[in-house]
Amino acid sequence: MLAELSVALWRGTREGRYETYRVPQRESQTVLDIVTFVQRHIDPTLSYRFACRVGVCGSCAMTVNGRPRWTCRTHVAKVAGSGRLQIGPLQNLPVIKDLATDMQPFFEKWQQAQGVFAPSKTRHDTIEQIRPDSAARRAADAAIECINCGVCHAACDTVRWNPDYVGPAPLNRAWTLVNDVRDAGNRARLQAVSGTGGCHSCHSHQSCQELCPQTLNPTASIAALKRRTAAAYLKGEITV
Amino acid sequence: MNVRLYVWQRATAALMLPLVLVHIAVIFYATQRGFSAAEILSRTRGSIAWACFYGLFVAAAAIHAAIGVRNVLSEWSPLKDRSAGLFAILFGLALLGFGARAVTAVVLG
Amino acid sequence: MSVSQLNHRSGALWLAAMVHRLSGLALAIFLPLHFLALGLAIDGEARLESFLRWSDRPLVKFAEGGLVFLLTVHLLGGLRVLVIENLDWHDGQKQLAMLAAAVSAVVAFIFLARVF
Repeated sequence: MLAELSVALWRGTREGRYETYRVPQRESQTVLDIVTFVQRHIDPTLSYRFACRVGVCGSCAMTVNGRPRWTCRTHVAKVAGSGRLQIGPLQNLPVIKDLATDMQPFFEKWQQAQGVFAPSKTRHDTIEQIRPDSAARRAADAAIECINCGVCHAACDTVRWNPDYVGPAPLNRAWTLVNDVRDAGNRARLQAVSGTGGCHSCHSHQSCQELCPQTLNPTASIAALKRRTAAAYLKGEITV
Repeated sequence: MNVRLYVWQRATAALMLPLVLVHIAVIFYATQRGFSAAEILSRTRGSIAWACFYGLFVAAAAIHAAIGVRNVLSEWSPLKDRSAGLFAILFGLALLGFGARAVTAVVLG
Repeated sequence: MSVSQLNHRSGALWLAAMVHRLSGLALAIFLPLHFLALGLAIDGEARLESFLRWSDRPLVKFAEGGLVFLLTVHLLGGLRVLVIENLDWHDGQKQLAMLAAAVSAVVAFIFLARVF
């Protein structure tokens, strides 16, 4: 017979406490399986968020034993060392209830960093020829697979210390757009990431890169943005 | 932090790379030869070269440290950007003042 | 009681960033004192000389070794950041950080060996 796990789940909002549940351990069990079991068989009032369950949507991100991860892609065997697990909501975001956070501030920062494509052509213009092996496209492709799961945002100490900092995900996306030859908003975007809370607040702790489930490297994207904005500033193209 | 402060902080950092290496070499040289005040001052007195070297070092360090302190204050203390910035400017000016006095002391003293 | 703290702070790179920040703070506190000590020469050689004799004691020499470590580790940590920010990305940042700490320790050790 397999063992039982002692699982502490955060109950409440910003104020609250960890409540412990006993959950039967199963083979190939994921942390999401644990949370689902508690909600279905022990306490139906538990709130949590998930969607695909197979590691492509990023909705199930939570703090597991102190690290933000996708719970559907985290095998219990890998993280529950002594049969104990502590699961909480993602850090650095307001808690709606229990394990579900409010992602709105995250998306607002996305807008603030102008991580939004600004079109330069209409349907009447010829289609832009984009060579996939051009340096700019390769730089964009290396960072493009972000699905806005918020793990990097939760992991970042600078996000925690500096409420103005937009965070690694918006800046990573901004960098892909800087490299998109179709985009017409680059001057405004570079300006947007050069003020308070912009890319220069990053201290290169690399927690984002270490924990990104898509193996992206926001630290590198931000470093590139720092270079690009510094050059633009020295050329007088952006101001402070 | 913004792009202007970033450029100044990184530029003074890069500038100080060789200055610090020279300074560490000076420290090692002085500790080998044993330093009495007379020996130190005999090397620095009237030296335009040392005045320029340490004058530049003081200026760069004052700017670099002030911006660094500003960052730490705005992230780790209750002070917000404006107050942190003000404190940092005062700190930078203090370093500049004490540093210029120190350079003057060993070059002209 | 509030939500749990993150525990990824045990990572080598987070530690490197902390060492860089704390060494910078320590140097920023030390620097005015350093300038004031050198400024003693304004009052004449004798003033500086008596300070230098005071600083001959072992505890002060030890502290100076610590300062040499802080200066070197801050320089090398800063160099790592400048490399990340200005050159193409290279993996192996953890190894670079550990190398920086090791070199700093060696430099400080050599300093201490020379003054004792």
